[in-house]
Amino acid sequence: MRRHLRRCDMKKYLAFFNLRFSMGLQYRTAALAGVFTQFFWGFLEIMAFKAFYETDPASFPMSFDATVSYIWMQQAFLAFFATWMMENEIFDSIVNGNIAYELCRPIRIYNMWFARSIAIRLSRAVLRCFPILIVAAFVPEPYRMHAPHSLLHFGLFLFTLATGLAVTVAFCMLVYVLSFFTISPQGLRMVFTSLVEFFAGAVIPIPFFTGRMRQIMEILPFASMQNVPLRIYSGSMNAAEMKYAILLQLMWLSILVVSGSLLARCAERRVCVQGG
Amino acid sequence: MIQMKHVCKSYKIAKRNAGFGQAVKALWKREYEMVHAINDVSFTIHDGEMVGYIGPNGAGKSSTIKILSGILTPDSGTVLVNDKIPYKNRIEYVRDIGVVFGQRSQLWWDVPVIDSFELLKDIYSISKPMYHNNLEELTLLLDLKELLRTPVRQLSLGQRMRCEIAASLLHSPKILFLDEPTIGLDAVSKLAVRDFIKKQNELHKTTVLLTTHDMQDIEALSKRIILIGKGQILLDGTLQDIQKGGASIDEAIAQLYKDYEI
Repeated sequence: MRRHLRRCDMKKYLAFFNLRFSMGLQYRTAALAGVFTQFFWGFLEIMAFKAFYETDPASFPMSFDATVSYIWMQQAFLAFFATWMMENEIFDSIVNGNIAYELCRPIRIYNMWFARSIAIRLSRAVLRCFPILIVAAFVPEPYRMHAPHSLLHFGLFLFTLATGLAVTVAFCMLVYVLSFFTISPQGLRMVFTSLVEFFAGAVIPIPFFTGRMRQIMEILPFASMQNVPLRIYSGSMNAAEMKYAILLQLMWLSILVVSGSLLARCAERRVCVQGG
Repeated sequence: MIQMKHVCKSYKIAKRNAGFGQAVKALWKREYEMVHAINDVSFTIHDGEMVGYIGPNGAGKSSTIKILSGILTPDSGTVLVNDKIPYKNRIEYVRDIGVVFGQRSQLWWDVPVIDSFELLKDIYSISKPMYHNNLEELTLLLDLKELLRTPVRQLSLGQRMRCEIAASLLHSPKILFLDEPTIGLDAVSKLAVRDFIKKQNELHKTTVLLTTHDMQDIEALSKRIILIGKGQILLDGTLQDIQKGGASIDEAIAQLYKDYEI
């Protein structure tokens, strides 16, 4: 009976996933625009780094090739890790009270939003990553993206990519849930997204920071988002570093999910749907 | 059976005077006022009854519906619906009820209506035969055939409301809460909605609690009326009790509001 219930439960959230995923696929123009933006952005970033590398390649923590791969992968999977791409629909439903409907359904709000968020990021990435990856694989040197170091690297890359996505979503979930407790979610959003952009290695890869700063950044949950898969792909982590990074990723994922769902239960109880 | 006994619910509301100075002052010190949305409300509704719940704006109608549908937790008092407490174990409870909020939407904006229905099928774990039966019946009664494949954003309000009501009934709930289901609808849609609710009650013995400002809704649908004002039940009776003289129902209600100073 219990097992049956579990299966039904999974099915519910999968249904949310399916709907959101197929919905995401219908926004073709947005995807096309995204591909162009990401392609040019990646190109620009690589040119800037190239200029720096030309002055003194030895003083950089990652090889130029690795940096190029890092940037292309980052652009291809932007939709996985960009925390500023939060779902407005969720914030709206909290602010205007449409959440009332979600609350009279036999579902956990946290799980539902989690499934939805994963789906929407996945649908965005699926539409955008292939054109970018193909172009990046064929542009002339030194702008070309290289194949992963080994099959093992590639496998670990896929695994950490998935975990990194889950960590990112679990982090966004915290912001969604916290906005139950404030009148307007804008402030929370601004603070959290700018924090993440900086500390996750979205602007500059984490290895480019030095000393204590870098040590601290590597422990924070933000480093468990894009930093790990992108660096594993580009081969700028050794075996011990990879093991440590993956364990840290899993730890942060469980901490974020547990605290988020506890907070969500608390919010469900004190929710107060206003206006009419 | 729906049972509310001595239920109270109040909200804390931040208040301040107009002006910039006052706004700055509110940064440090906020004045709060407690508003008693529901104050010692008790009533019982039996299975298969259809009850109109009326009262002026801000009387506490929606708060009552929200408590009964497990969204809000009352400050005090007891609520029992089919021997379950709505706000305890919400997920277990909501399987048996259907709710329509006339001012909100439960359908997914950018996709055809049928996608939202399919989602609800999975959410409520409705079995395939039951889903098809219900869908067929609802499609027929609410005339949805043409609407199911249309994206929700392209439906008119009346069309959408018919779909919203269908969405709330796909899982065959024993109890249906309707919070202003006819708000903003034209005459044809109103009649269609009323007709449907009546049939649903007759056919499936669904218990219906309906809030509305449209007295024709009440006239057409419910024999029993509960009048609430300032958070308290003022009258629990039949349409005839309210309509004593020969006045029209709207006038009778207006007179009643005046009498009770609400």
